[in-house]
Amino acid sequence: MNTDFFILMKSEMSLTLMIFILLILKVWDEIKDNTTWLYLVNFMLLLNFAIGFMFNGDGSLFNGMFQNSPTLALEKNILNFGTLIISLLAFDWLKSHKHVPEFFMLLLSTLLGMFFMMSSGNLLMFYLGLELASIPLAALANFDLEKTKSSEAAVKMILLSAFSSCIMLFGISFLYGCTGTLNFAELPSLLGSGHLQILSLILIFIGFAFKLSSVPFHLWTADVYEGAPVTVTSYLSVISKAAIAFVFISTLSPLFINLQSMWYNILFLSIILTITVGNLFAIRQDNIKRFLAFSSIAQAGYILLGLSAGNQMGSTAIIYFLLVYLLSNLGAFGVIGLVSALADKENISDYKGFYKTNPMLSWVLAISLFSLAGVPPTAGFFGKMFLVTAGASKGNYILVIIASLNMIVSLYYYLRVVKAIFVDPNENPIAKVEGSLSSKVGMIVCMTGVIIVGFASNIYDLINQLTH
Amino acid sequence: MENIGLTHILFVSTTLFFIGVYGFLTRKNMITMLMAIELILNSINMNFVAFNKFLYADKLDGIFFTVFIITIAAAEAAVAIAIIIHLYRNIKSIDVDEADIMKY
Repeated sequence: MNTDFFILMKSEMSLTLMIFILLILKVWDEIKDNTTWLYLVNFMLLLNFAIGFMFNGDGSLFNGMFQNSPTLALEKNILNFGTLIISLLAFDWLKSHKHVPEFFMLLLSTLLGMFFMMSSGNLLMFYLGLELASIPLAALANFDLEKTKSSEAAVKMILLSAFSSCIMLFGISFLYGCTGTLNFAELPSLLGSGHLQILSLILIFIGFAFKLSSVPFHLWTADVYEGAPVTVTSYLSVISKAAIAFVFISTLSPLFINLQSMWYNILFLSIILTITVGNLFAIRQDNIKRFLAFSSIAQAGYILLGLSAGNQMGSTAIIYFLLVYLLSNLGAFGVIGLVSALADKENISDYKGFYKTNPMLSWVLAISLFSLAGVPPTAGFFGKMFLVTAGASKGNYILVIIASLNMIVSLYYYLRVVKAIFVDPNENPIAKVEGSLSSKVGMIVCMTGVIIVGFASNIYDLINQLTH
Repeated sequence: MENIGLTHILFVSTTLFFIGVYGFLTRKNMITMLMAIELILNSINMNFVAFNKFLYADKLDGIFFTVFIITIAAAEAAVAIAIIIHLYRNIKSIDVDEADIMKY
């Protein structure tokens, strides 16, 4: 029993330990240098990532409140990996910031919340994890302390995320009223008919849709992504979104098991709206963070498409796609973060002629965007292909055709950025940007990943094996 | 006069919920919006306690949930007010109409 406890909760415990180490070092007040802090944190994150691969267990704790399985361990490893890359890429921005340890304490708290949310076996545990994941994120969005935009983004984020969790809680309270239990293991068999149950499940879905930023609950996304610092934006668009998608696979879709047709109709509507609106709004953006915000809304639509399959192939495709999406999106955000931190430029028109001054960074950005668009040699193509194939397994070809047509639209706006970088003439392009060693390592990892994950078929096989 | 039953309490809590939603959507003052969120949370607490007392009195799941909601509401309000104060220092206002730097 005792060893079980340590093995099943190892990821959570190592994160908690890191938070406490940072807290103690901060109070001790001996490390004055930001570079030391950053190397220390990166080293600890690397260690944390390595621990994720050791001693995997399968079982549940605390009367079924907390559960762990090899699939969940894999998902947690993906999130750990993403956080490590984000921390590497954040080097140039945090180097001159006054509050480095606080930044990482908040960041790791949200990651801890996401882990608890994914491992939860009970709606109470799930709610606690969700709040632990979203409250510190609002504080993180405010981390460019002298910029008004950043505070504005934080205010919008905390008010709307509080509102959305209120709506979800209202649904949970009715679900409790209908069934008398909060346990995920007992709930699905007790659900099936009754208007109050359907209402409560729809309210819970709305709460989730807010966090996943699927249309029509996407309005906060663009503003928050634009105002928040680039590092936080990348964290929001990759890690936070991936965690919610994992929860969708493991806990939310089993809840709807007796209401398949209604669940499918909700998803159908949500997918079409999300993909189309995300793509159409992305076309007209000039701020590159806002542009990536809408592109990430469209990607959320594709994640839901994989989810609508409702089978094992769908979950494999989602996990695989999220790994690819993490690598390609972080590659793009790495370049944008460097340019934003060192040259203070964030508009697509500023990127004209970027290739002349920064050929390497241009290639990183271009490959990432190609992967996001799903152009064949990159891994993004395979990710999208598996998702669409999984979506087609229900035989709803209208949905698949709309999703595929939208890929062409998305190719247009991704190429618009690539054109600005490589083709468009510009008298005075952004000067040469010289990133630190950490951010270079981060980008190299992303680029290798984008190329390799597409060709190494054993990664897909591994995920497929674990989701059985 | 008949006894007060579950339906009465659910009626009150649902009314409170929609008053909260209305307040959140129409008010311009950020602190008032936060108060509206607290109203919604209180209506949810009433729901949980009522369901627990009238339907599932043998277990205490609902009461526990209420305790946690109250705690988290306090944490949320603390962070939200800190952020609002920070915004106030920049734009000298807590009106949502003034926080409009980012628009479509």
